[in-house]
Amino acid sequence: MDVAEAVSSLGASSKLLWHGDENIHGVDSIVIPGGFAHGDYLRPGAIARFSPVMKAVTQFALEGGPVVGICNGFQVLTEAGLLPGALQKNRGLKFVCEPATLRVETTESILTNKAAVGGNLHIPINHFEGNYTCNKETLKELQEENRIVLRYVNNPNGSIDDIAGVCNKNRNVVGLMPHPERACNELLGSTDGQVLFQSLLAA
Amino acid sequence: MKFSILVEVQLLEGISDPAGATIERALPVLGYRGISDVSVGKTIRFTLEATDLSHAKELSEQICSSFLTNPVIEESTITIEEVS
Repeated sequence: MDVAEAVSSLGASSKLLWHGDENIHGVDSIVIPGGFAHGDYLRPGAIARFSPVMKAVTQFALEGGPVVGICNGFQVLTEAGLLPGALQKNRGLKFVCEPATLRVETTESILTNKAAVGGNLHIPINHFEGNYTCNKETLKELQEENRIVLRYVNNPNGSIDDIAGVCNKNRNVVGLMPHPERACNELLGSTDGQVLFQSLLAA
Repeated sequence: MKFSILVEVQLLEGISDPAGATIERALPVLGYRGISDVSVGKTIRFTLEATDLSHAKELSEQICSSFLTNPVIEESTITIEEVS
């Protein structure tokens, strides 16, 4: 709902898709939000990635459709194999819920095409399993192909190479742990999330 | 035939283990010294119906690689016993 409100405030219309539905109802882009689906049992996203809607989401993503996974949505996308790596328990087993400062590392993604490289965004994080990890080969690939989209300025969870968000090879699927939808209104203390949704709407 | 399946899941070598590290840091506080390589995994047990032992093995390996473990960070060992 927060994502729906955020994009509405930017003048776009949104549709809520039901996880048990096999249809994505002709939308132009998809955001898989956060939310501890299935209680995070087994692993976060491990069960949600078998939701009926995921077949259509995967098909949409493979055809180049813009797909963003936020927090639990990021975990779902890694479990589904649409993004590399995995999200581990935070360093020190600490649940973190605080504002974070993110650095935009590339504008070549559907989530950052309207942002500025090197610019700082103040966007909250709220997770227990946001510690991004992958093997050395994958990390090298992500670095060389400029696929690390966002980095933490002060690493809050132990993520490898300060990674807060990554994209796939085609740059149309992006996953991030921070919650841009919670930084789209002055009342919430930051509007830095808007540029990310503006990017998505322009993609 | 019924088989009892035990799956033990461990993190792959080189993948950070925050739970293991936290336990390792706590042990000296309790007076236990000289403990290293603490690693935390999980076990999953279930009963499976299959035509024979090799079928049970095939099925449980499939379940393990497609669902019970994430091969990006985890590996598992499977122990199978026939239930009489």
